[in-house]
Amino acid sequence: MPRLPGDEGIWVLIFGDMLVFSIFFITFFVYRMQEHDVFVAGHALLDVRLGALNTLLLLTSSLFIALATRAVRHAHPFAARWIAAAIGCGICFCAVKAFEYGHKIAAGITLNTTDFFTFYYMYTGIHLVHVLVGLGVLTLLYRRVHDAVEPGATIKLVESGGSFWHLVDLLWIVMFPLFYLVR
Amino acid sequence: MLARLPRPAWIWLVLVLATILSFESSLSSWIGERVATTIILLVAVAKVRLVAMEFMELRHAPILFRLGLEIWLVALFLTMVSLYLAAGN
Repeated sequence: MPRLPGDEGIWVLIFGDMLVFSIFFITFFVYRMQEHDVFVAGHALLDVRLGALNTLLLLTSSLFIALATRAVRHAHPFAARWIAAAIGCGICFCAVKAFEYGHKIAAGITLNTTDFFTFYYMYTGIHLVHVLVGLGVLTLLYRRVHDAVEPGATIKLVESGGSFWHLVDLLWIVMFPLFYLVR
Repeated sequence: MLARLPRPAWIWLVLVLATILSFESSLSSWIGERVATTIILLVAVAKVRLVAMEFMELRHAPILFRLGLEIWLVALFLTMVSLYLAAGN
């Protein structure tokens, strides 16, 4: 039977967020068209390896959440550990971002250095807020799953929280090429 | 033993390979920047589709949602690529 996993309400948030970020992405390309040299110069200052590392971290965290969802549905005991592993990946992502931001700021590259960096800090910053909220959600999921007496009781919660985390991954999948790969 | 990996693991493998492919594409100079970037954007949208259909499980969603997702993906890709190619070089 066709259905959306988890709570319907989370999908209003997810689809709304995807729409807002789509507008962000298109706006980025419009400005890039108008200030091509500024964007090419800005892109060259980013470390693509860190962007790729962050992409792999979020992809792996999504895998862990998908495995956690399966585990909860089949009353498998490892569900909480998969969620913990996903949280670990998310924390690593934040650490990489902190390192990147710190390095840039130390080099004197800030929000208003050029339009490219305004986009960079704002978009990755808003995404980072999503990551932090997502980590809070995953921590809640971990506790509920870990403490659950009845294995099936947490399915809807894990589906809802998990879907939000996949959104966090999905948004970064587009942001990575925009800032780190497009020249 | 490989064949018994759970489905999400295969999806992850494809996503990781696609990421590495994009990373390599951005470095290779022989196919030209515009072609390389078009491929990179296509791969990005394909990865989004995979995450949405498989991890978010939208392949089990009502047909209206799936259709909406496909249309949005095509529209997003075409818009981004058009704006990218229209930029000076």
